[in-house]
Amino acid sequence: MDLDAKIPSGPIDKKWDKHRFELKLVNPANKRKYTILVVGSGLAGGSAAATLAELGYDVECFCFQDSPRRAHSIAAQGGINAAKNYQNDGDSVYRLFYDTVKGGDFRSREANVYRLAQVSVNIIDQCVAQGVPFAREYGGTLANRSFGGAQVSRTFYARGQTGQQLLLGAYAALNRQVGRGKVRMHTRTEMLDLVLVDGHARGLITRDLVSGQLERWAGDAVVLATGGYGNVFFLSTNAKGSNVTASYRCYKRGAGFANPCFTQIHPTCIPVSGGYQSKLTLMSESLRNDGRVWVPRSKEDVGKAPGQIPEGERYYYLEERYPSFGNLVPRDVASRAAKKVCDDGYGVGVEVDGVRNAVYLDFADAIRRDGRQAISDRYGNLFDMYERISGESPYEVPMRIYPAVHYTMGGLWVDYNLMSTVPGLHVLGEANFSDHGANRLGASALMQGLADGYFVIPYTIGHYLATQHAGDVTADHPAFAQTEAEVRERIDRLVNLSGDVPIDDFHRRLGRIMWEYCGMARNAKGLEHALQQIPALREEFWANARVPGSSASELNPWLEKAGRVADFLEFAEIMCHDALHRDESCGGHFREEHQTEEGEAVRRDDEFAFGSVWEYQGVGQSPKLHKEPFAFEHVKLTTRSYK
Amino acid sequence: MKVKFKIWRQKNGAPSGEFKTYDVEVAEEMSFLEAIDVLNEQLIRNHDKYPEGPVAFDHDCREGICGMCSMVIDGVPHGPRPGTTTCQLHMREFTRRGFRDGDTITVEPFRAKAFPVLRDLMVDRGSFDRIQHAGGFISVGTGSAPDANAIPIGKADADQAFDYAACIGCGACVAACPNASAMLFVGAKVSHLSVLPQGQVERSGRALKMISAMDGEGFGGCTNHQECEAVCPKEISTDAIITLNRELMRAAVQAR
Repeated sequence: MDLDAKIPSGPIDKKWDKHRFELKLVNPANKRKYTILVVGSGLAGGSAAATLAELGYDVECFCFQDSPRRAHSIAAQGGINAAKNYQNDGDSVYRLFYDTVKGGDFRSREANVYRLAQVSVNIIDQCVAQGVPFAREYGGTLANRSFGGAQVSRTFYARGQTGQQLLLGAYAALNRQVGRGKVRMHTRTEMLDLVLVDGHARGLITRDLVSGQLERWAGDAVVLATGGYGNVFFLSTNAKGSNVTASYRCYKRGAGFANPCFTQIHPTCIPVSGGYQSKLTLMSESLRNDGRVWVPRSKEDVGKAPGQIPEGERYYYLEERYPSFGNLVPRDVASRAAKKVCDDGYGVGVEVDGVRNAVYLDFADAIRRDGRQAISDRYGNLFDMYERISGESPYEVPMRIYPAVHYTMGGLWVDYNLMSTVPGLHVLGEANFSDHGANRLGASALMQGLADGYFVIPYTIGHYLATQHAGDVTADHPAFAQTEAEVRERIDRLVNLSGDVPIDDFHRRLGRIMWEYCGMARNAKGLEHALQQIPALREEFWANARVPGSSASELNPWLEKAGRVADFLEFAEIMCHDALHRDESCGGHFREEHQTEEGEAVRRDDEFAFGSVWEYQGVGQSPKLHKEPFAFEHVKLTTRSYK
Repeated sequence: MKVKFKIWRQKNGAPSGEFKTYDVEVAEEMSFLEAIDVLNEQLIRNHDKYPEGPVAFDHDCREGICGMCSMVIDGVPHGPRPGTTTCQLHMREFTRRGFRDGDTITVEPFRAKAFPVLRDLMVDRGSFDRIQHAGGFISVGTGSAPDANAIPIGKADADQAFDYAACIGCGACVAACPNASAMLFVGAKVSHLSVLPQGQVERSGRALKMISAMDGEGFGGCTNHQECEAVCPKEISTDAIITLNRELMRAAVQAR
């Protein structure tokens, strides 16, 4: 597997300019002769499809939802970072770059991250021009806030719905191109396989989810922007439909999968209320600016109403353990601390399966200090959301929170041009691995999705088409028939699953294995155990699962779900292999064997300063490891400390 | 809670369907969709007794923002709680409103000529996208934008634009309207862009093109029932329709 990252030479601040000059161009009159297949219509896919069409390429865009506007980017709340330095507080491209590499715990590629920081400023310009209603000051300029512990105010936001507004901006740009006939949008269409011709990505097999028909699409390049794989845990803040299938099928066709064990857990989510729970809801972590996190000091008190527990009997564990950062320690530290107190038996709230997995986030002091109105102005919409879901008012009783899976930093390996190890297959947004290392900073996901789609792929894909592209291919090529036959065989197998056990049952059980052994904290013994349990569960799935309905040629949501869960049941193993191999703690990957006496993560830079890229070897076979070493020439390797 | 769900069942591609009733035990803490999940699990496990299979319904984010969920619950799109999508509605809301064990909750798809039923509770809302294709955008190509702070926009205007831009495109407004009109949906987009300086250049054309696409899709016109505003999960005001009508008038005058 060739892992040449193709990082341009020269000083880091000149690399992208130099590279853009060196990239070969496609003649404007020839662009219309190329068809680009874009899978996914979120921030990355939607912006890429629109921009490529503006340039003159013919674009076919696919999404499994009923409209591109439903992509899960829509649910991002907090904001989007950009090194505009509008607040004159010392921000710069270099500082955003530095913070992102450091925040990622030194497991990302410097050159990619620098470019991300560079183009961040263009994103804001573009979105404002599209009519995105960002928050503004009374003088009419854009408002910013500090987010996720950043020392500068570089986050742009649109109330608590920034993802929605940015996505609707990209959706509008996409709609304009659909109206012009340059993008053909295929909704309720799921990509089920990648077609390779002479080793290059030249097509797709998709399923029309309404008619059930398989379709072949030939193109000159493929752009995959299909999001993350957090739903391998069943319970996550992802949308119910979010899945790994498109990425995983590409992996099976030879694309390297990088750092799959890097998953992010968000500390402020609404806890599970029962065994039927179908998903978790995140609340902006800005809540930690004013809320105080605590549990009872005594295990006898965990079932009591919080109001009955006197001040002296409350354990403000973050404030006590991290006196200088207190409740504002980073996401991973706050999450692990919550898990620890709950595992030790101090968790509060409803008992589900014999455990109480929640801690209090208490606003009583803030309300006393600043008044109810001030707190309502800051968090009113979040308090309403919490009340709607939990039935309790945070003005009266402390919120209950618990960490939940939120984002996956790992993804398909890409080079500087965002091309995977399969020539012609480009991967954008959360689906690739490149920019966030082992931990993503708040407000950086929206930035990366739009950077990749608006400002990177439109340049780099032209170079591929102008230099490596190997001539016309149509869907009559035998590779299409062959791949379609393989897809059909798998679907037939799925639709014939006629046991008694619903698909969700398997998904839930897989989620429990992954959360227990490959979740917030991992150890070798647990991961080895998971690697035993997953194949057994997979076998049971193929023996006992039930897919309602008998035909693959009709709308069947359970068949769709079964295909995705079957892929998660294979993919989960790679995650565990990766977590087991990475014998260090870094960012979202916390190996219990590698921690300080105070429970802080211990990185092992001498041995693990690389990206782990896994190559498919067959179902149930250990994947083959390849390494991309990371060099840190600009950001000094340091240990994070929040004491 | 012991619930009798009376649910619309319609086969793939069938011209119509029928109601079927199912008894199911759910918890107050469940969201409405989780209650349907529990029902479906029951229908799958007892497949011999229920040859019609589980109930198909649209859903995705389950946090009130993607706009995918689309059920009419006891005659009201998204159910009894104002400002709330189906996925964020919880069963305790029914208890709060006097639900007793054994009571019936009726569930139907969003019904409108322009939203054909695909199966059970799933409808095709592609018509909404096609209205947006006609003009729901500002024509600015990537790369041609001036600095974001080059054009100041007053806070009040920015906030108002946001209020309209908050539309999630679910279609509850259409399902609630006796005319199955999409005026609130179209008005929200037209108002969002007409408030902002960036949207001025294409202002008149946009309103005309979008309303013409709306008519072409088979949506009705507005006759001031205001049911749309009452059921909108994002509480978008019918001021959007007033603005839309004003924009149409303005465009008509300009065209002369």
